[in-house]
Amino acid sequence: MDIKAYIALSLILFTIGIVGVLIRRNAILIFMCVELMLNAVNLLLVAFSQMHAVSTAAKASVTYASDAQIFVFFIMIVAAAEVSVGLAIIVMLYRNIHSVDVNFLNRLKN
Amino acid sequence: MNAIVFSALWGVVLMFVGAFVKSRGSVKYIAIAGAILGLVLSGMELYSGLPLFNIDKTDMLRTGNFSLTFICIVYICTLVLFLLNGKDFEKIGNHVAEYFALIFFVLCGVSLCATFDTLLLLFLGIEIMSIPLYILTGSEKSNLKSNEASLKYFLMGAFSTGLLLMGIAFIYGANSNGSFYLEHIQPGKEHLTVMMTVGIVFMIVALGFKVSAAPFHFWTPDVYDGAPTVITSFMATIVKVGGFIAFIRLFEGSFGAIQKDWQILIVILTVLTLLIGNITAIFQQSVKRMLAYSSIAQAGFMLLAIFALNGPAKEGLLIYSAAYSLATIGIFAILIKLNDYTIDGFNGLARKEPVMAFAGALFLFSLTGIPLTAGFTAKFYVLLAALQNGHYQWLVVVAVLFAATSAYYYFRIIQAMYFKEPAENRVFTDEKIPASFKFMLLVTCALILIIGAYPEIIIGWLYH
Repeated sequence: MDIKAYIALSLILFTIGIVGVLIRRNAILIFMCVELMLNAVNLLLVAFSQMHAVSTAAKASVTYASDAQIFVFFIMIVAAAEVSVGLAIIVMLYRNIHSVDVNFLNRLKN
Repeated sequence: MNAIVFSALWGVVLMFVGAFVKSRGSVKYIAIAGAILGLVLSGMELYSGLPLFNIDKTDMLRTGNFSLTFICIVYICTLVLFLLNGKDFEKIGNHVAEYFALIFFVLCGVSLCATFDTLLLLFLGIEIMSIPLYILTGSEKSNLKSNEASLKYFLMGAFSTGLLLMGIAFIYGANSNGSFYLEHIQPGKEHLTVMMTVGIVFMIVALGFKVSAAPFHFWTPDVYDGAPTVITSFMATIVKVGGFIAFIRLFEGSFGAIQKDWQILIVILTVLTLLIGNITAIFQQSVKRMLAYSSIAQAGFMLLAIFALNGPAKEGLLIYSAAYSLATIGIFAILIKLNDYTIDGFNGLARKEPVMAFAGALFLFSLTGIPLTAGFTAKFYVLLAALQNGHYQWLVVVAVLFAATSAYYYFRIIQAMYFKEPAENRVFTDEKIPASFKFMLLVTCALILIIGAYPEIIIGWLYH
């Protein structure tokens, strides 16, 4: 399949993620949208990796094409670490204010 | 290399200390020992050029003099922070050893940011730097402001990570080598492709978030205000300069050749950062919040180094990191001891605590950039770099004007300390200020004056 299709798909996913982060008020949903952004990147990296692997330029020189696939694993691991920290923070907030609505955050301004 | 391995190991050691050592007071000394050891190890590597751990890095890390000097500066600043405020970590909560352990993990991330040579390690460095900080920001678990700050920081940080990764993916797709190495992703001399441009813009936005450059600064005041003050002190200094070192290494390593194409973006960021940071700082009543805005304003000056991207810019960024970090850590250390964080809380401090007031005045002079202090030398170097760059020279004028503006809000504190009467029966601090704290304040003052008068010391490390 053409690489443009992959780019379009992952950009659509990424945009959904960004829009979600900007308009959602629930901390957990914002968080899920961030995860969606990361997964869009994963998809794009894997697609680019395949693109580089079959291109002639990469075949001629030393190929690093599989680097991107390793990168995807790193993104997954870091995302998992972020989830563990992020959910802990959200739980801590819920214990104190019994809500995960980010509108509460505005009280910091004064 | 030494610093990366050592700080990760020492973090683990401190977590064990938290589990097995019962006296909370002794944890501080183990952390101080860690900072000293880290400084010695990276100093050794800087002088001999040989790391203790001989690891095949497959060229993913590059430890040049620039990186090692920066790591040494970071360790010196951490040591100063521990010596000044080691005891104040105990006020945050019960898990003192864990706070120190997390700080060492952050230092590991900062060291990675200073030495990476591929985009993979840039990403890992920035994440290792950020994730422990999300926890540290929320470490005051029962304080609602701390909770909210931590959630806000976390959501913003995760969002900017997404942008950074998108940038990396596009840059990876755009270069024909299919590689993440900085030297391989350099765009050619011909026109930039659309994908490359999108990638670079994403990178600038994401790193702008991390170093809190306007218009991506909006999380900074709330997070710095809400976090425990010791953590704010760490976050506003060492972590921020860590972001800058990643910024300059990435742009120098890969996009230096096409500087003309992205320079205008940095110019816009710089002007906005200087404008918003300085103007908003004037209207703050809380000193902690004012220092948060001042850290945005100072970031504007450090952006000048990214803008210039030449020899003096690298020297300037190193000196600026040291000058800004030491002065900010110092002024935060004084703030932590006070009960009242408003500017009125400083009224008449000179009468009661002359040493603290003197040191505070010197830190504020340095932040303003009065000659003979490190702040002046640092500002001089970054402005010189911007001038030598040859483009957009009006930027230097703008920067100098805003440096003059910053005198207003810094000097307001000095005025409060020296020329205002304290309220009746005013109690500045609950505890007695120990003599060792005052001594350390004077040592920090001495460091600032030494860097101000002899910047050759740092530059000598760079080119030895």
